[in-house]
Amino acid sequence: MDVFVNLTLSGLSTGMMIFLVASGLSLIFGLMGVLNFAHGSLFMWGAYAGVWVFARTHSFTLALLAGMAAGAMVGWVMERLTIRRIYGNVVAQILITTGVMLVLNELLSATFGPNIIATTVPPLLAGSWAFGNIVVVKYRVFTIVVGFLVALAVHFMLSRTRVGIIVRAGVENQEMVQVLGINIRQVFSLVFVFGSALAALGGVMMAPAIGAVNSGMGIENQMLAFIVVVIGGMGSFLGSALGSVIVGLAGAYTAWFFPEASLAVNVVLMALVLLLKPNGLFGMGGE
Amino acid sequence: MILRLTHVSTFIGQFHILQDISLEVPAGEVTVILGRNGAGKTTTLRSIMGLAPATGGTISFMGESLNGLPPYAAARRGIGYVPEDQAVFAVLTVEENLRLAMLRRDRAGNERLRFVLDIFPDLAQKLKQKGGSLSGGQKQMLAIGRALVHDSRLLLIDEPSKGLAPIMVEKLAGALRQIKDHTTVVLVEQNFNLASAVGERYVIIDDGHTVQQGLMSDLQADQNLQRRYLGIAAAREGGKVV
Repeated sequence: MDVFVNLTLSGLSTGMMIFLVASGLSLIFGLMGVLNFAHGSLFMWGAYAGVWVFARTHSFTLALLAGMAAGAMVGWVMERLTIRRIYGNVVAQILITTGVMLVLNELLSATFGPNIIATTVPPLLAGSWAFGNIVVVKYRVFTIVVGFLVALAVHFMLSRTRVGIIVRAGVENQEMVQVLGINIRQVFSLVFVFGSALAALGGVMMAPAIGAVNSGMGIENQMLAFIVVVIGGMGSFLGSALGSVIVGLAGAYTAWFFPEASLAVNVVLMALVLLLKPNGLFGMGGE
Repeated sequence: MILRLTHVSTFIGQFHILQDISLEVPAGEVTVILGRNGAGKTTTLRSIMGLAPATGGTISFMGESLNGLPPYAAARRGIGYVPEDQAVFAVLTVEENLRLAMLRRDRAGNERLRFVLDIFPDLAQKLKQKGGSLSGGQKQMLAIGRALVHDSRLLLIDEPSKGLAPIMVEKLAGALRQIKDHTTVVLVEQNFNLASAVGERYVIIDDGHTVQQGLMSDLQADQNLQRRYLGIAAAREGGKVV
């Protein structure tokens, strides 16, 4: 029982961490259909900015804000210079965002160097609680709480606010939204910037969990993010949240009970879901 | 005149769809654009909205040029557009579809919403239902209602009766009669019975050119013109005016 509880907590925490990376991609790729291969780079810019600010200020709150600001700023420049011209053009999106990924990664390497930069969990969130044989790591609880709050906030934004209604309508029929007097391109730009900030938030949160930032962390986590968006279903934000939790739990259980399969479990899960439900768990069509 | 098109020319890709469209729409009336399939009726409406930007000529609305404006800017000036394909947002509820069109949630906006629900009582009973689950006629009502909620001073409606059952066409005609007391309407319509029942003026377009415009009562009396440009004389003999 203790093992099961520990594994579940660990899986939930990993799932929420994956969700924080995937939440921005869920908006940008899942909802708006922009195939952004530079998402991992935005995540990495957030991670590096967070580590840099945390090292100087020792404030994790400032690190979170700085990371998100960096992601938003890079996302805004990226949208203005490239994405804006290629909405709806998937081939151009693949080529151009791959190019942007290379540029952003090289810029980081040129600024911070190619070596790993170590970081630590903020003192307030360090350590763990023990309940018998059950060990609850504080930072893992923090990631679960932050992931849950982000999921709730974005779900509320998409389903209850005017901006959310415009986004869902714009995904379905941009032309009709425009003839209602709404500048949908402007709204999509804002969503892209917001998605970029979420990717960066994932980066800031991930850095203390793995104890360092490195130039390969973007591409690794980007693949996971794409997997959970596909599992959850294109266009479904809550689907991505659930997909992240499933991937996190499957990873934790497999690593304990069947370690040989732990590397393949994510891809097997995605293949299974696509075989049974080709549109993902929650298919097309928003919340 | 609330709307004036002068020698408007529009290309779609390499095709010169509108070659010389000139028309005038008086405020407070229903003007019906008639013509055969492919004559350029829909493209005329899309050019006014900026969805198919005119490459030549002038389009003015309330004395101001619409040339070069994006669709959202034309809409903000008070032009509503209802396309021919019953374009409602399937993933949004009926209420969300209507609220989306309210640029401001003020008293006037709420009054317009009440007016829409008065003339389309079917919608009032389905506010929480997804737009995609409505019948064809209800979708058409929702599309028109959405343009009305938007506070349109000019409403462009493209073939509202297309694909609707006769009973729904009759309901639609009733609604259009109520709408025209509140806003100017430009209607593209193939159903001459509906067009003549609600229209006060007509414009005939053929092969991208304006060929005739005037009072609907004159067109109703001119069977030669109907036969030549609309090909409807035979159908009308057995038709019922809604």
